[in-house]
Amino acid sequence: MALTHDEIYSKVQGVLVDALGVDEDEVTPAASLRADLGAESIDFLDITFRLEKAFTTDPTKPFKIPRGDLFPEELDPAFVQDGKLTDAGLAEVRKRLPHADLGPLEKSRDTALVPNLFSVQDIVDYIEKRLGA
Amino acid sequence: MRWIWIDKFIEFTSRTSATTVKNVSLAEEHLHDLYPDFPIVPHSLIVEGFAQTAGILVGEARNFEEKVILAKVSRATFYRLVRPGDTIEFRAKVDQLSEQGASTSGVVMCGEDRVAEIEMMFSHIDQNMGGLEFPEHNFVFTEQFTELLKGYRAGGVVTI
Repeated sequence: MALTHDEIYSKVQGVLVDALGVDEDEVTPAASLRADLGAESIDFLDITFRLEKAFTTDPTKPFKIPRGDLFPEELDPAFVQDGKLTDAGLAEVRKRLPHADLGPLEKSRDTALVPNLFSVQDIVDYIEKRLGA
Repeated sequence: MRWIWIDKFIEFTSRTSATTVKNVSLAEEHLHDLYPDFPIVPHSLIVEGFAQTAGILVGEARNFEEKVILAKVSRATFYRLVRPGDTIEFRAKVDQLSEQGASTSGVVMCGEDRVAEIEMMFSHIDQNMGGLEFPEHNFVFTEQFTELLKGYRAGGVVTI
């Protein structure tokens, strides 16, 4: 039986509490993984592993998250010019991370800011999309 | 020289699990440093012994081609002190393994007593530290480490 939105949210929340050592009430949909929950680079791999485990219901069909699918590691070079994010790159980020506050990125176009944008809701959306919830 | 914190492997199943043994001796100088009148093995060194066991397990899974470094101690819960004369076992298992790294977990035992429960993550640094360059040779898995596993596979028999 397909998981409901609330069930998915609750599992994601549990994963983040375990992976980041934060309190449940800190994990809100809008919370940024880096800025609000203190995630560091290795935590993204930890979160990925824990999500795979949490959403595997049938061990013969493990839920796998392909590398770079949830947390892209590098920006497509086509979206970067002179070290800055292009308009097309900004549009792609907006499409991939619809809940993110893009204000600072729009101003600076600093590509280093992109990993800071992932929020709890982005993970929930990704899982819902993958599970077809 | 690396400080090897395990004496030998007593079980090794590729990509799955490994168990090592460490005999604690009062002759080890560090035991006298933490509490001079009450020698114990510091918890940090128990974590190190587990990391060496699990790290070799993770490294072997890819034929020691990756530079495997301890990236995160997700959890370490201690239940008992370890003192001179104790023999402890590090029992590690691989929970998940990918191109980028691995998550591992396990227990540290002293006889029937549970010393600690530990979860830790390893990173394959050449796969994760985009843009940073590391020495080409595998500085993590030195001969000292790989010899430990060879000794186990040879049944601990040394020919002279």
